[in-house]
Amino acid sequence: MALPSYTETRYRIWHYIYIAICTFVFFFLIAPLFVIFPLSFNAEEFLVFSEGMKNLDPDAFSLRWYKDMVYGTKNPWGLAAKNSFIIAIFATIGSIILGTLAALGLSSRHMPYKGLIMATLISPMIVPLIISGVAIFFFMAKAGLAATHTGIVLAHIILGTPFVVITVTATLSGFDHSVTRAAASLGSNPVNTFMKITLPLILPGVISGGLFAFVTSFDEVVVVLFLAGLENTTIPIQMWTGLREQLSPTILAVATCLILLSTLILVSAELLRRRSERLRGINR
Amino acid sequence: MSSETKQILTTDGIPLEVSLKKAEKKNKIKAFLLVAPLLLFLVITYIFPIGDMFMRSVDDRMVTNMLPKTFKAMENWENLDELPPEEVYRAFYEDYKLLAENQQHGKLGQRLNKEKNGFNTITKKLFRQIKRKKIDESASLKEQINKLHKRWRNVEFWQAIKRTAPPYTAAKYLKGMDMYFAADGSIAQVDEDRRIHRILWLRTLEIAFFVTLFCFLMGYPIAHLLATLPMKYSNLLMICVLLPFWTSLLVRTASWMILLQQQGIVNDFFVMIGLVADDNRPEMMYNKVGTYVAMTQILLPFMVLPLYSVMKTISPSLMRAGKSLGGTPFVAFWKVYFPLTIPGIGAGCLLVFILAIGYYITPALVGGASGTLISNQIAFHMKTTLDWSFASAMGLMLLTGVLVIYWIYNKLVGVDNIKLG
Repeated sequence: MALPSYTETRYRIWHYIYIAICTFVFFFLIAPLFVIFPLSFNAEEFLVFSEGMKNLDPDAFSLRWYKDMVYGTKNPWGLAAKNSFIIAIFATIGSIILGTLAALGLSSRHMPYKGLIMATLISPMIVPLIISGVAIFFFMAKAGLAATHTGIVLAHIILGTPFVVITVTATLSGFDHSVTRAAASLGSNPVNTFMKITLPLILPGVISGGLFAFVTSFDEVVVVLFLAGLENTTIPIQMWTGLREQLSPTILAVATCLILLSTLILVSAELLRRRSERLRGINR
Repeated sequence: MSSETKQILTTDGIPLEVSLKKAEKKNKIKAFLLVAPLLLFLVITYIFPIGDMFMRSVDDRMVTNMLPKTFKAMENWENLDELPPEEVYRAFYEDYKLLAENQQHGKLGQRLNKEKNGFNTITKKLFRQIKRKKIDESASLKEQINKLHKRWRNVEFWQAIKRTAPPYTAAKYLKGMDMYFAADGSIAQVDEDRRIHRILWLRTLEIAFFVTLFCFLMGYPIAHLLATLPMKYSNLLMICVLLPFWTSLLVRTASWMILLQQQGIVNDFFVMIGLVADDNRPEMMYNKVGTYVAMTQILLPFMVLPLYSVMKTISPSLMRAGKSLGGTPFVAFWKVYFPLTIPGIGAGCLLVFILAIGYYITPALVGGASGTLISNQIAFHMKTTLDWSFASAMGLMLLTGVLVIYWIYNKLVGVDNIKLG
């Protein structure tokens, strides 16, 4: 952002202030994440930078907390990771199926009561999580699903579908319906048309909605706190307990792994978004 | 000319209008069937349970079911300032005897004790008398019960029983606002030093408001920068917004706990630049400061993303036009650019405010006692005191607030402006 040469001094100053503010905000956003990396390699038990670390002494760094995360005694992280992945994967599949179907219906111009139904479908996103937690807990307790994987998966489908509905509806808004009519006129049945024509075109939207659903489930702690028993502990629950009791460097090792995972998800979401824009661009 | 000849017929002889209507109806049903599975799922697992929360929050049938005869007899109790007639005593005695046989009398005592302090003692006394068969059912029960304890002769205790008669009550909602039903049935305020809930509501609103404000003040400039920079740079900077957005909430909270601790980096920095003395490091966590800082950083992406998506659509030539027509950059910004970003501001502020008002995890971890919000109180009653009906009532009060804000927003800006990513 080079300034034109005729800029007055006061606007020049203002411009630099603006750049400084922006730099500060970006730093504020991203810097906290980077504190975690070095401290997770701390050889000591304290969560501060030791003198050795400040001097870049190799002895001050170690992988002991990563070892503790994987091999530690009474290690809760293995079970938690397994549960988290199982729950998140099933919740994502459920959200994608239910959400995509609903989005297809909502995008039809024949859909009656569109506004009301849309509001109902995305309500779990608007209602504060604590309230969703209480309501879902009441249901699961009555249905005998509290403290089961099934219960948590269902709860996460509730929380995840709104994202799929929104992303797929957005993808479908740029969708050229004449291609499906063309397929139908060429003798394709609706299921075939959906699988061969519609789905490949809306797939980026479906997957990015699925990513949202996955992250929602993988990161969700409020509802799980109400629902989970000892057997259903997840990574967020373990982190929550760890952070409440004492901040141990093992948590930072886990956190580092989670940041790497979120970087991976960010990259795939970004690639998908671009692909979706390209695909829809061709259709226009 | 008959009307039939005017109608256009399809190939199978049905009037086109009818045929079209039929097709339309078929399409409607098709579309609805696609939505039906999710709708049904949500209604059963989510919408009904929220209704269930409402039922729980107003349900007060326990006493109603325990003392059916008493409440029937109380209908004839006319002068409420005097002790009830003999028949009420008799009905109460019969109800209570039945409860005692079924081991339910303890529950009643506790419930009545909530209504009027000291009830548990006198019902226990009555229970012992019944157990020892010391009560003569052929004589006046009014006299015998009144003799047991002076509180039975106090009309306020009988009024308390009468107050529990209706099967539904708004008492939990009043409790959520630090009010209660006084002895005469009017609504009264809790003593000033015990008004904890009102403080919590106000604090929740205050924190949500200021977090929204901070997010706006910090989010607007960077959204503007992201929208005006060339793609090459803005994509790179966008990572700074998106990476926190995709990172686990607990990870981000953990990093703030490390940064803000007394020996943490922020305090180190303050000591280094000489802002505070090394032996006098301020407490920045477990209070409001920690809640503000952590929540602002965590919710900032929700402000930036909607702002960015709106600013991206504003053509830069508009600002140039404003300037070329004689406006200073400030005037051009204020009169041209800013009004165009209002939908984005609305969407961002709504998202952040609604998320902040129901925040639970971060305040619970970094908030300490002075930084906890209404959500923490709800969780406390769900998990610790097990007063689920009160938790439901508070939850619904919060939900009503959120829906009102959402409704106002929808009227002003329209909900369709919310975009993801």
